[in-house]
Amino acid sequence: MSWSVGPISALVTRSALAKPATRLYPVERRTPYARTRGHIEFRIDDCNFCTICAHKCPTLAIQVHKQDKTWAIDHSRCILCGICVEDCREGCITLSPLPCPPMRAKEVLSFRQEHEAPTVKVAAPAIER
Amino acid sequence: MSNTTIVPFGPQHPVLPEPIHLDLELDDERVVRALPSIGYVHRGLELLAERYDFVEMANVAERICGICSFIHGQGYCQGIEQLMGVEIPPRAAYLRTVWAEISRIQSHVLWLGLAADALGYESLFQHSWRIREMMVDIIEETTGGRVIFGVCKVGGIRKDVDDETLRDVRRRIGEIRAAFDEIATIFRDDPTVRQRTVGVGLLSAADAHALGAVGPVLRASGVVHDTRRLGYAAYGELDWEPIVEQDGDCYARCLVRVREVDQSFDLITQCLDRMPAGEVEISVKGKRPKGEAMFRLEQPRGEVCYYISADGKKNLDRFRVRTPTFANIAPLIHMLKGCELADVPVIVLTIDPCVSCNER
Repeated sequence: MSWSVGPISALVTRSALAKPATRLYPVERRTPYARTRGHIEFRIDDCNFCTICAHKCPTLAIQVHKQDKTWAIDHSRCILCGICVEDCREGCITLSPLPCPPMRAKEVLSFRQEHEAPTVKVAAPAIER
Repeated sequence: MSNTTIVPFGPQHPVLPEPIHLDLELDDERVVRALPSIGYVHRGLELLAERYDFVEMANVAERICGICSFIHGQGYCQGIEQLMGVEIPPRAAYLRTVWAEISRIQSHVLWLGLAADALGYESLFQHSWRIREMMVDIIEETTGGRVIFGVCKVGGIRKDVDDETLRDVRRRIGEIRAAFDEIATIFRDDPTVRQRTVGVGLLSAADAHALGAVGPVLRASGVVHDTRRLGYAAYGELDWEPIVEQDGDCYARCLVRVREVDQSFDLITQCLDRMPAGEVEISVKGKRPKGEAMFRLEQPRGEVCYYISADGKKNLDRFRVRTPTFANIAPLIHMLKGCELADVPVIVLTIDPCVSCNER
């Protein structure tokens, strides 16, 4: 029989002696790449409530009210396509490379211009297109 | 009275990564007939094209499949561009080719891992996925996503990749290639792999052609057919030949994929060497697709066809995808006839079924 059993034994021996290829995940994390689409970050100060982001969002994750001066994002609907980031003229929407922290419920992160910290409420039922 | 037993195989089965259901008619341990039934993961993505703006639809098209996501996005965009008569800049075409080949490598290495797992070769499965992870890291670095690339848009690509990143990709591709060579030798020579695959699931060239097999299944039966030969994106300017094996068994299908990974490394290197400078997108503002277009691409699993019909509105009239898995089901049923029950998982896996893609 001309078949060789060498390759896998060499690989297995080397793997047994080398450092593991995996990480101890929650403790040890890889630095995210600059381009990684982690989550959407929003700064209310520069926003002029033009509603372009809400109109362009393919999953209707963003809701903007011009009169109330509120801007809200439902992270559970967001697909991180980055269209709002590209289309925001004021540059107040940015993509952070860090992943979104886990959510306990489907929450909507809502910003209002007079308030400093965003408020969180449980998401309303999905809007039909 | 016939003395056969019917055994249901799937849609939930420990060895199957995808929900395909087969009713196997067995005579003792030998398969007499196999009846497939599909439709367990239908999501209605084609219908969405009639409701979404055709530019936004590129995001949905990419979500048809989680493994060949980029190629679905590319196929959709190229179909629309063909309808609008738009020619994308050369740098965009080259970058699309690089990403298509990167996704071919990660898909084939993923499949090699799953095949090793189906053979009961767990350590080889882990090593394959270790290498795939390196590829996925490159995808994340250049596009920002690990599964959904999100870089293809109608008229080109969304964000250029700087030359420094491309040089880094080139260096890492070299390292991954060296690591892949080690496991490629195991797939070629290891007695465990050969004992389970040589002479199993035979498909002759004539049958493959008559039953409409596509991709590695067709090429492993000795038919020279690769849709990339049409020369879409940058393939027309690169030096390569389709990979063909003659035996038509599971081992040949495995070898075709191993050799295609090597070829993809080569194609990526060629693209990076010849990468033209300049713009990466062309504006399609104000243009609307009108008419009918048929477009073919080579996915990791084989030829995929797109049919797009539009009426000059912002929504498409019809968007239809014929995926390679669908084309490969008829050859699969033919291959299963006369095989042993124990070989069924291996044969089903060698067509690389992607049922989520198939049922959309």
